[in-house]
Amino acid sequence: MTRLSLSAALNSGLRHVLEEDPKAVILGEDVGPLGGVFRVTDGLSKDFGSDRVIDTPLAESSIVGTAIGLAMRGYHPICEIQFDGFVYPAFNQIVSQLAKMRARTAGKVPLPVVVRIPCGGGIGAVEHHSESNEAYFAHTAGLRVVICSDPQSGHYMLRQAMMSGDPVIFYEPKRRYWEKGEVSSDLRLAPAFDRAVVARPGTDATVVCYGGMVSTCLEAAATAHEEGHELEVIDLRSLSPLDLDTVTASVRKTGRCLVVHEAPGFAGLGAEVVSGVTERCFYHLEAPVLRVTGFDMPYPSAKYENQYLPDADRVLAAVDKLLEF
Amino acid sequence: MEQPANPADPVRLLEPDGTLRDDPSGLDVTPELVRDLYRWMRLTRRLDTEAFSLQRHGELGLWAPSLGQEAAQVGSITALRPTDHVFPSYREHAAALVRGVTPAQMLEQWRGVSGCGWDPAALHLHAYTVVLAAHLPHATGYAMGVQRDGTDEVVTAYFGDGASSQGDANEAFNWAAACNAPVLFFAQNNQYAISTPTRLQMRTPMHRRARGFGLESYLVDGNDVLAVHAVTREAVAHIRSGAGPVLIEALTYRAGPHTSSDDPTRYRDQAEADAWLARDPVARVEKLLDARNWWEPGWREALDQECDRLGAELRSAVQAFGPVELGDLFDTVLSTRTDLLNAQKADYGDFVAGFEEVAS
Ligand SMILES: Cc1ncc(C[n+]2csc(CCOP(=O)(O)OP(=O)(O)O)c2C)c(N)n1
Repeated sequence: MTRLSLSAALNSGLRHVLEEDPKAVILGEDVGPLGGVFRVTDGLSKDFGSDRVIDTPLAESSIVGTAIGLAMRGYHPICEIQFDGFVYPAFNQIVSQLAKMRARTAGKVPLPVVVRIPCGGGIGAVEHHSESNEAYFAHTAGLRVVICSDPQSGHYMLRQAMMSGDPVIFYEPKRRYWEKGEVSSDLRLAPAFDRAVVARPGTDATVVCYGGMVSTCLEAAATAHEEGHELEVIDLRSLSPLDLDTVTASVRKTGRCLVVHEAPGFAGLGAEVVSGVTERCFYHLEAPVLRVTGFDMPYPSAKYENQYLPDADRVLAAVDKLLEF
Repeated sequence: MEQPANPADPVRLLEPDGTLRDDPSGLDVTPELVRDLYRWMRLTRRLDTEAFSLQRHGELGLWAPSLGQEAAQVGSITALRPTDHVFPSYREHAAALVRGVTPAQMLEQWRGVSGCGWDPAALHLHAYTVVLAAHLPHATGYAMGVQRDGTDEVVTAYFGDGASSQGDANEAFNWAAACNAPVLFFAQNNQYAISTPTRLQMRTPMHRRARGFGLESYLVDGNDVLAVHAVTREAVAHIRSGAGPVLIEALTYRAGPHTSSDDPTRYRDQAEADAWLARDPVARVEKLLDARNWWEPGWREALDQECDRLGAELRSAVQAFGPVELGDLFDTVLSTRTDLLNAQKADYGDFVAGFEEVAS
């Protein structure tokens, strides 16, 4: 166990991957000597060379497009997209090519490509640097969409994503990059990366969340505990496929469910969770399933984000509503 | 090969009337080579006319004819090694045939029974790409893999004049040049992107644009199979030697409609089509074979029969496609089946079984 920031834990995960898998290559903008704008690839090009940690032309479509070609050739590319708002030029390559090749070739052309995307707000950035676009990708069959929430999950899940043999959209909540936690590199201890985990056990209501919101919901759960309510916090981790078994087991126990994410609520991941819970837990529910999400507006300018992003208070207000039923 | 003094003049070895120009390329124009290229063009033409009529009979959902572009495709693909990986768009039937795609496999995608039909890895031929230019970064990435493997393979991507307007094409040209990737971009300028003529598509011809990206480039008469073969040979040797990527622009003409759904009379006149017909790539080689008397006794008749056999094979292949099972598709979305797909597969199975019970 070592105490690492999320950024350093991801870096250590990448280091493992490069050491253990000679076919792994990292490609992206400024991932070489600079170490990426968030320093997640810090030191890797020095240690593994510019052939394995490739500073590319500034072209997102081709970052994913060439990764597809490299994967066809037997390589295991990990692409870094610099910021969430810049993945859109690569959208076509991801949804029309990367996601579909395995299916259209009846399994003959698997594409083990991991696309890392720093996501979400909370760092006071300028526009296009704080978006949560997971629903676009989760809607496309053939992709795995996962998101880590802390250093340990970042480290494990990145290595598991690389071993999965599938295209993975790998989100990293950027405002958690500098938060530290204990990290073990022993993969045998890791829960499967396509499974949700119970981040805090509880009995009174289930709070389903992921990514940057997990810390927020844990904070809310700690406050609720002081007020005499025990919230069970579920970290989804995998957004596609969604681990509804873990969610519904919890809701059957608590009878109440709240879904929290920072992406806009409309047609978001939360709606999918609500639908699944309603279908599977109808007779166990004591209250309607509620959502706390970002608002349905373009991500606002930095000075507004404290109001836009769900915080512990908004979560607790919704929990109060949920418990009133 | 020296570009002609006027850059608008494409490299040409065989005149439309069948006379052979003095050859500066060092291509050894033997009767065997000419007959081999001619054979592939004839087989492709048969494949194309047969598939087109199968579409008209309702057997295929759509067909994109290669009629008129046989020389560009056969001349280039035969200049590659069978292990050089190829990324086609959706009209490269000649290239696919030479690579060993069987008639039945060729029809699968157009029939709608599969998404590809052949094994891309086994034939070193990628699946057809419908999203224009999306495969050009793939080719570049594959070529980066070749670079890292330290082999001398050449990766080739076919695309059209319309596709060259896409961002992905221009990203791939730039990217390949920047990393000196062993990739050949083979542009078939067949004069139209559906109805849009090349002059509305671009101001700078592709082979000249390529130079700006730092690619070596050639302009070749795409209806002259010998010139295409010679130019591609040279380009491939250049790339194989590590000297960097090349773009070849082959000037040709899509003699038929864009696809079986298109009506070319709405956007081009007969005089234009007739003028190109006079430069037909297959007839041109026939004239050479006639003039030099390079036919072998009985060879032509045997080829006619081979074409007939191919036609028959296509017709019977279409009849042989069995019913398809949606159930199989649940298994190849990801490397493992997910809870969602398991549930959907099971539900769908129950739903189908329910009907069978009612019927029995
Ligand atoms: C990105 C994209 N936009 C539009 C289309 C529809 N479309 C199919 S073929 C075609 C014209 C392509 O022309 P060109 O690249 O010159 O190739 P050709 O068909 O002439 O061989 C168009 C517009 C498409 N397949 N992909």
